[in-house]
Amino acid sequence: MSLALAESFDARRFGALLVKETRQILRDPSTALIAFVLPLLLLFIFGYGVNLDTARTRIGIDRRDGSEAAVSLAQDFVSSRWFEVVDSQPVSILRNELVAGEIRGIIVIPDGFGRDVARGGGSIQVITDGSLPNTAGFVGAYAEGVRTSWAAKHAIEQGRVAAPQAIGIEHRYWFNPELLSRFFLVPGSIAVVMTMIGTLLTALVVAREWERGTLEGLMATPIGMGEFIVTKVVPYFVLALCSMALCTLLAVTLFGVPFRGSPWALLAIAAVFLIPALGQGLVISAVTRNQFVASQVALLTAFLPTMLLSGFLFEIDSMPKFIRLLTYLVPARYLIPQLQTVFLAGDDWGLYLPDMAALLGFGTLFFAIAIRVTRRRVA
Amino acid sequence: MNVARLRSIIIKELWAILRDPRTRIILLVPPILQLLIFGLATTLEVKNMTLGVLDRDGGAWSQEVLQRVAGSPNVTRIISLHSEPELREAINRQRVIAVLRFDPHFSADVAGGRGGVIGLVSDGRRSNAAQIVSSYLDQIVASVGASVSPVAREAPATASAGALVLNWFNRNLDYLWFTMPALIAVMSAISAMSVVAQSVARERELGTYDQLMVSPLRVGEILVGKMVPPVLVGTFITTVYVLLIPFAFGVPLTGSVILLYCALFIYLLALTGVGMLVSVLSATQQQAFLGMFLVAIPMILLSGYASPVDNMPGWLQVIAHLDPATYFLRVTEGVFLKAMPAGDVLNNCWPLALICAGTLSASALLFRSRME
Repeated sequence: MSLALAESFDARRFGALLVKETRQILRDPSTALIAFVLPLLLLFIFGYGVNLDTARTRIGIDRRDGSEAAVSLAQDFVSSRWFEVVDSQPVSILRNELVAGEIRGIIVIPDGFGRDVARGGGSIQVITDGSLPNTAGFVGAYAEGVRTSWAAKHAIEQGRVAAPQAIGIEHRYWFNPELLSRFFLVPGSIAVVMTMIGTLLTALVVAREWERGTLEGLMATPIGMGEFIVTKVVPYFVLALCSMALCTLLAVTLFGVPFRGSPWALLAIAAVFLIPALGQGLVISAVTRNQFVASQVALLTAFLPTMLLSGFLFEIDSMPKFIRLLTYLVPARYLIPQLQTVFLAGDDWGLYLPDMAALLGFGTLFFAIAIRVTRRRVA
Repeated sequence: MNVARLRSIIIKELWAILRDPRTRIILLVPPILQLLIFGLATTLEVKNMTLGVLDRDGGAWSQEVLQRVAGSPNVTRIISLHSEPELREAINRQRVIAVLRFDPHFSADVAGGRGGVIGLVSDGRRSNAAQIVSSYLDQIVASVGASVSPVAREAPATASAGALVLNWFNRNLDYLWFTMPALIAVMSAISAMSVVAQSVARERELGTYDQLMVSPLRVGEILVGKMVPPVLVGTFITTVYVLLIPFAFGVPLTGSVILLYCALFIYLLALTGVGMLVSVLSATQQQAFLGMFLVAIPMILLSGYASPVDNMPGWLQVIAHLDPATYFLRVTEGVFLKAMPAGDVLNNCWPLALICAGTLSASALLFRSRME
């Protein structure tokens, strides 16, 4: 058996292998699919489709009071930029629309509202659709906002001066003052793209070679294990970086995401992340040696954790304790803060370096396992 | 359709999937792990947050505000900062999500009735969480403010002004109550489509497609045979979820389980149709898997699982309405939380039936054209 790491290195052989692997990848139509079509699709979905910034929410109003105050408050809801009042009915009817999902909230202006306002009170009831907790929270908060600003306006119209607030908060959001969720979703989707190419595509393609036995054929040649592994992953490494560059270009030009760090920092961040990503792909393919199983394992251990456990879509701090501990095993967890920083905040090597060290640690581990498993499989 | 032939093709298809022990495990075990891990992880609430404080005031009112903030169940840690550079570093390195900054004369301003202003600097890189944190702090500060305001004390004790918010179907806005039923739609889609996308492509890659062609089976029989395994896998996963979600996670199941299964059956057929189309168009298993991926990701992300369909731009909402998961998500949420009546479930079923009819007949046509 010629597979030994100590094998003498032959530059010509290495070059020839690299050319072979690259050609093999470029010839395969699924490469273009995953390296260019899927990233674009993801970018579009995260740029346009996944939007955590609430648009105008459809609501219904049940106004049970005929006073001038109640009518003007109802009018303020109609003209509010947060709400679209689609129906005015009693709650018993609006309830069915809430169940069907046609409206997301009900504003009840109770009987005697005008009388209460004249006495310095006047409260309303806001019913939200709790089956969509995020939207429900916004409906509650914005409805309260509409009522508060109406009350202040109404008090001034009545010749009274609204009481000044005793304590207020002045909000300032660094890096993203307009609070566009796109600004963190689009850079985050680059992490997903690199995981797909690095882990998913690699696992799938190499598993196919195991399945077909072409790997054994390759190993019967006098190449060394190190050469073998390196020539397998280098083309994907380059492919992933190209795809990353394309995404970055689109993020900045099409979606207007600021890029405040340096391109070199981004390149370093991406390159370091790809080491564990590719290593994981190799491990999955060598352990499963079956395309279907490899694809499912890659989906479960790489793609879904990158989407859900990396802090990209969901806050890690908010997760239960044992899941928070689990996120430390997800390489993308160390990538997301770096990507958000290089795009929105500007270079901060104090933040990059510890994360890069963690990623290199994972990379070493995965490659060591990949070499071990491959050698055992062949032997 | 011939019953005996149909029976043998169904047995063959089930065998093709369940023969390999690793495939069996991969189909059945992960969905349950996913429910535990991803179900609990996917929350848009903000809990356990770490805040920074730069208190240049140190007076009674800043202490009062800080004590209330520290007492909030959503805050686990408050880090004391002593200078602007420290503040900058704490935010930049993401050690805190936001910093409360009190100016030196804050307490004096509050006591003097001039109105104290707290500066709140938040990390806009995580704008959604930062916004939620801000709204929590607004509430806390407003309640402290109400206790100092002389106006509030003077006001006559009549009916108070305000908005009483009632959250129907999910009183405490527990995010888990949304995620768990949504995962039924997501996971059954991933599993069922993974199975069906492989089926035709594998036959073609292994060369058994030709054997199928020369067998006495009709196209319709082959397709029905290929539809059975994904429907069974999807039904199995849903059943596990329907049992686990109310009993292990306490999410109420208020509606009719029979309605849920009726909708599920049509949903799985629609998924099978989509997956079959992908499979028929692919030459290899790898292409089939990637094609499935290409279809499944938008399907899941646009269904309302990641963010509400209402927030999308109009043209994407049109696409979302071609997505079977959009309709089934409404049904699972409705049946679990809202005791959705049969009429509303039916309203979401007929679009599913249309999608199913469209994709299945398209794949039957393609299958036949490739056969000849």
